[in-house]
Amino acid sequence: MSIIVENLTKKYGEQKAVNDISFKIETGEVVGFLGPNGAGKSTTMKMITCFMAPTIGNITVDDISVNENQSLIKKKIGYLPENNPLYFDMSIVDYLRFTAEIQGVSKTDIPGRIGEMIELCGLVREKHKNINELSKGFRQRVGLAQAMIHDPEVLILDEPTTGLDPNQIVEIRKLIKELGKQKTVILSSHILSEVEATCDRILIINRGRIVADGTSETLRSQADDQELLTVHITPLNEELETSLLGLGSVEKVSAIEDKPGFYSIQSKPNMESRKAIFDLCVKQKWYLLEMTGIETRLEDVFRDLTN
Amino acid sequence: MKKTWIITKRELASFFDSLTAYVMVVLFLGLSGIFTWLVGSNIFVNNQANMGVFFGIAFWSLFFFIPALTMKMVAEENRLGTIELLTTKDITDGQIIRGKFFACLILILISLICTLPYYVTISQLGNIDDGAVIGGYVGLIFLSGSYVAVGLFASSITTNQIVAFLVALFIGIFFHLLFDVLGTSTSGILGSFLNYLSMRVHFDSISRGVVDSRDLVYFGSIITMGLYLAELMLSKRNWQS
Repeated sequence: MSIIVENLTKKYGEQKAVNDISFKIETGEVVGFLGPNGAGKSTTMKMITCFMAPTIGNITVDDISVNENQSLIKKKIGYLPENNPLYFDMSIVDYLRFTAEIQGVSKTDIPGRIGEMIELCGLVREKHKNINELSKGFRQRVGLAQAMIHDPEVLILDEPTTGLDPNQIVEIRKLIKELGKQKTVILSSHILSEVEATCDRILIINRGRIVADGTSETLRSQADDQELLTVHITPLNEELETSLLGLGSVEKVSAIEDKPGFYSIQSKPNMESRKAIFDLCVKQKWYLLEMTGIETRLEDVFRDLTN
Repeated sequence: MKKTWIITKRELASFFDSLTAYVMVVLFLGLSGIFTWLVGSNIFVNNQANMGVFFGIAFWSLFFFIPALTMKMVAEENRLGTIELLTTKDITDGQIIRGKFFACLILILISLICTLPYYVTISQLGNIDDGAVIGGYVGLIFLSGSYVAVGLFASSITTNQIVAFLVALFIGIFFHLLFDVLGTSTSGILGSFLNYLSMRVHFDSISRGVVDSRDLVYFGSIITMGLYLAELMLSKRNWQS
């Protein structure tokens, strides 16, 4: 159930919302589209789900092209659009039945599938309520339930956790992780911690192009191959900075503001300076109170790539 | 066809849940009832056992009611974004539009069925021409189909229901009145062409109990054209740039 996107371009007037994107998603991957607002995440998703036709390029889902047999692709995909639009005048059960019927779930299976979805998405107590009586979190669950009602092989979720409270976010993430074990999942977000927490692989999209592709670890290491340390050394003295800089592996030393004795040390590319710092302190009879390695945050990677 | 029917069922349920259906039926019956039986040149003033008065009233009241039914059908889905939900499921744009078309038409049929007691009552009062009655009803159904198709097209070009309502009335008034007026005041080929476009001419011809292929082609063309354009506007997202 792989998804292959080749040279995908979508123009809105003169503006290219998506500009020559190509990527491949394998069965069972949980992939996160990450990017600032207006980067082209939703547009890409809308083209994969057959909502819009690409201006140029091709998408194949399980070797079927969106330009050939949309009906077959639509059956394989479950989609939760941005802002989770729903028919507010229907009850949850009616709405799920309507969706199941359209998606061609056989009549005998429909009650069972509705029951399963209501159970899975935690809607048991609300199931007879009208959708307009539900809070945002529950509506989001209805959105997920309708996306999964026909047991699709691919789930495409456009910003699935916007507007949810922290507890609900954790629950939805858990649900997505659970689903990701059996299905291919594509989700989009502009929240970094979210994709980091749920996705095996991250595609960073900016101005219609893919600017990075990989796991969160590879993205971090790509962006920064220089070691960054924070040290705390006493007693305070003048020559400390110069002697640290004198070490062969250290590129930059800067005192941290408002914290006397704390320094931030950046090593030269592909070099390691922890042992050298320790030896220096021993030699000079300084006390090394603290030495911490700082991991590059995904936020910084993201900002570097999208600014 | 099965998919079309699923949409029709949902739209009908939504009409009845939102009271739209009841308001429509009550208003339609109220208006046509008052003018047929109580005020103006009603049936007793005419002193004839036919349903011409009712058909004349329905001819105008349906013209106003139908845009009110169709205005939200596509515009509201566009506004809320539920159209995205619908079109990414295993259903075609044409099935969505036709499903909505049949839902409106069925609701109008229900309203028309509710006027059958008029027929029963009048047939007790004198000798009624059954052919003309059947013709009148068939004419109203064709007329409704045409305006529903026009209304769906108007609804598909906007996200604003009021705009959809007014556009539907604007297009409708040409067929309903203006082509007729223009046709009578113009002579020659243009005159007869405008005359052919007039809803009144074809409605009157069918209400006389004569079903002519010219009339069927006329109504069929408007319905097909309206539905086709509505579908085209719905799939605009694909080729829009």
